[in-house]
Amino acid sequence: MSVGIVMLVHTALDRAEQVARHWSAAGCPIVIHCDRRVPRKVFDAFRASLGDIATIHFSKRHRCEWGTWGIVAATQDACEVMLSRYADARHVYLASGSCLPLRPVQELVDYLAARPQTDFIESATTADVPWTVGGLDEERFTLRFPFSWKKHRKAFDWYVAVQRRTRFRRAIPNGLVPHMGSQWWCLTRGTLSAILNDSMRPTFDRYFSKVWIPDESYFQSLARIYSGHIESRSLTLSKFDFQGKPHIFYDDHLQLLRRSDCFVARKIWPQASRLYRAFLTDAEAAMKRTEPNPGKIDRIFSKAVERRTRGRPGLYMQSRYPNEGWENGLTGAKYSVFQGFTELFEDFEGWLARTTGCRVHGHLFGPEDAQFAGGQEVINGALMASARLRDHNARDFLTNVIWNTRGERQCFQYGPRANQSVAWDMAKDSNAQIAVISGAWAVPLFQSQRNFIEIRREAARLQKIESEFINALRSPYSKGHFRIWSMADFVEAPMEPLQSAIEDISLHGRRLTEVPKMVDLTGFSQFLQDLKNQGMHPYLMGDFPALAEEAPVSVEQVRKPYPIHK
Amino acid sequence: MGFSQRYQLRAERRRGLFRAFRKQRELRCIVDRSAKIRPRDILLFSTLRNEQLRLPYFLEYYRDLGVNHFFFVDNGSDDGSGEYLTAQSDCSVWHTTASYKKSRFGVDWLNGLQGRYAHGHWTLVVDPDEFFIYPFCDTRPLNALTDWLDASSIRSFSAMLLDMYPKGPLVAQPYRPGQNPLDIASWFDSGNYTVQRNWKYGNLWIQGGPRTRVFFADRPHMAPALNKIPLVRWDRSYAYISSTHMLLPRGLNLVFDEWGGEKASGILLHTKFLNTFGEKAEEELARGQHYGGSREYKAYHAQMKADPELWCKWSEKYINWRQLEILGLMSKGNWA
Repeated sequence: MSVGIVMLVHTALDRAEQVARHWSAAGCPIVIHCDRRVPRKVFDAFRASLGDIATIHFSKRHRCEWGTWGIVAATQDACEVMLSRYADARHVYLASGSCLPLRPVQELVDYLAARPQTDFIESATTADVPWTVGGLDEERFTLRFPFSWKKHRKAFDWYVAVQRRTRFRRAIPNGLVPHMGSQWWCLTRGTLSAILNDSMRPTFDRYFSKVWIPDESYFQSLARIYSGHIESRSLTLSKFDFQGKPHIFYDDHLQLLRRSDCFVARKIWPQASRLYRAFLTDAEAAMKRTEPNPGKIDRIFSKAVERRTRGRPGLYMQSRYPNEGWENGLTGAKYSVFQGFTELFEDFEGWLARTTGCRVHGHLFGPEDAQFAGGQEVINGALMASARLRDHNARDFLTNVIWNTRGERQCFQYGPRANQSVAWDMAKDSNAQIAVISGAWAVPLFQSQRNFIEIRREAARLQKIESEFINALRSPYSKGHFRIWSMADFVEAPMEPLQSAIEDISLHGRRLTEVPKMVDLTGFSQFLQDLKNQGMHPYLMGDFPALAEEAPVSVEQVRKPYPIHK
Repeated sequence: MGFSQRYQLRAERRRGLFRAFRKQRELRCIVDRSAKIRPRDILLFSTLRNEQLRLPYFLEYYRDLGVNHFFFVDNGSDDGSGEYLTAQSDCSVWHTTASYKKSRFGVDWLNGLQGRYAHGHWTLVVDPDEFFIYPFCDTRPLNALTDWLDASSIRSFSAMLLDMYPKGPLVAQPYRPGQNPLDIASWFDSGNYTVQRNWKYGNLWIQGGPRTRVFFADRPHMAPALNKIPLVRWDRSYAYISSTHMLLPRGLNLVFDEWGGEKASGILLHTKFLNTFGEKAEEELARGQHYGGSREYKAYHAQMKADPELWCKWSEKYINWRQLEILGLMSKGNWA
């Protein structure tokens, strides 16, 4: 008893010859189908090159265009030759010219001999698997496809659209349930001859000849009718990418293929000499006799597909530049933005760094140069602090800071004096955690010795900017996680908001053991009143009580290792 | 894109092709070995001037990668570059003393040669100081990549220019012929690039790196562009428009994914900053043949007197393509 190999070849005939010799050296009879598109001369040379082996035969040549009936017709003819010439072939293995046996052929023969009644063919109903590419799954079986998808795409699409509009539906022959799966299978003699010799075959052939990509459904559907025992998996390791084309194996996949324990892999790059050398010499290919386990390879290829379709969030580069809304996260990692804290507390940054262990920057977006943590001029990725470089493209500056420091939580200060072109970006970024003490920008004005007219003008400007920022945060487009306190509320009970802002960063939920020192606000409410008297109403800081002046709640006094709830 | 814009771009492409045709008269063929080219060969095109020092390693590097034939336009070298190339059995050489600027910085000359010799071939257009890196370039030859691109119906492949520089003053480590320039200029900036979209041509405009950081910090919008599309399956109807930064038809510029995914891309390691740089900058400034009124060379000249250090504490040392992939400068896409 033996395993018959049916090989479909169309390119890289030298490799096909090599593999055919390998199969036949192990005692397997072979029938080769060579695509009719291969020129006569080339085919004759190929045939002659294998002329010394008596158990290699060539079947009638068909034109095999992708997605058309030709491939099935070729397979049928080749299988008929195999069944009629080799009565002892118990299984027939369908392979291509770019398939490569990974384990000694004898192991495959033994494996199949131990399972004499099993058909290995991947076969699933269209409703249950999301395999198909291009949106045609069930419709493959109910529409007609007279036009080539590769050569006449427009006609193909047009004809599909017409049939959809006219609600055209082909009748599926009685008793047939369309199934799909990998075109590389291994069927028993019994099943295969039942399929080929069935009296219904002309009906089925006529039907499938107008189905799209029939090589993935003809045998897969019919085996369901005749087979006694189907194992719905392919013995050929073949991975497909998101466009439905097979992944290709190269020399550097050698170890991976060795460990896969699969019998046959496709598709191999014809110039992958190391793979051919390694697997076609029996002595070296000593692998363990285990069940095929392509899991490791699966992981690599599914990662590749994910890289292609989802990409790395937060990365903007030459081959990833998502349209707005398609970023899968504007930035690469969570970060915290504090607005109004440095104005209200002395050495807030130092305190925050000590409390959370994060990297705490000052005002990154100016208006001066970016204040990187530790007063650095340059940080990770050789990103410069220069205001001019930053403002050239502020959004990229933000995404670069976060991308370059992956793995380390970043915190920075923001405010109405800063470059506002990133305000919306942060508001819409689900990675941003923004804490705002509204109106705190007035504190530096209050402390400054500037001319009051100037102060009034600046206060009006900053209030307008901050209120726009808060509107952005509160808009329905906002995805960021944000907390906003009016300065009056914050000053009245600073511990709770501080604690919650910290909890956003570190998940340990640590209690604050040290609190920052608030600046001296004596006279601040009078300052606000002065602004009001000048006709500029500062409303963002909330209702600042006049009594705050007499007894500002100094956090200094309550230096306790737990928050005070009033 | 409206009809009129499509028409304009088409007209621009035609103009480019016509210029290329006209500028062919400026080229004098020194040696044409193009008869040796086989159907699936990968071709490399380059314009150069006085690069004798770099050529031995350049040729070695690209031969190892799997380039089968080289086309050079020698723009008036007087250091023996022309003779050296003429002696190589896989090089075809043209000579010209015409203006580099008027041929749009060599684009017209090369477009013409590509149209004549590269139709249907994968072509790489690089300068002698640029070294092409692509995913798996340490284990797979260049035709593995081009075969894969063919199978995926991709016609153009992007490779951003990555400026490499040495640690310490440029003049400290003299470069010798045949030496790998990356042994000296082995550092780069990993994360200070900015990207903008050019809606007219559909390409990205990337700036940043040490040139922006050191020479253009006060006027970043003038900084040189780093986006390049050097590897294209050429068709005689294609035309590079501005260096290899972009080409027409504009579909070829869509080398990036717009829906969040990553397409495969490579890197051009740019080894301009060697000890020869100061001298070269002087010479190029005097010739005034470069882009934007040679503003780049003016900026270099102004700074070079101070002998600036390009290296900084956060510079990365080049290891291999995987490192560049992890840093997000290039991508494997779905090639695994």
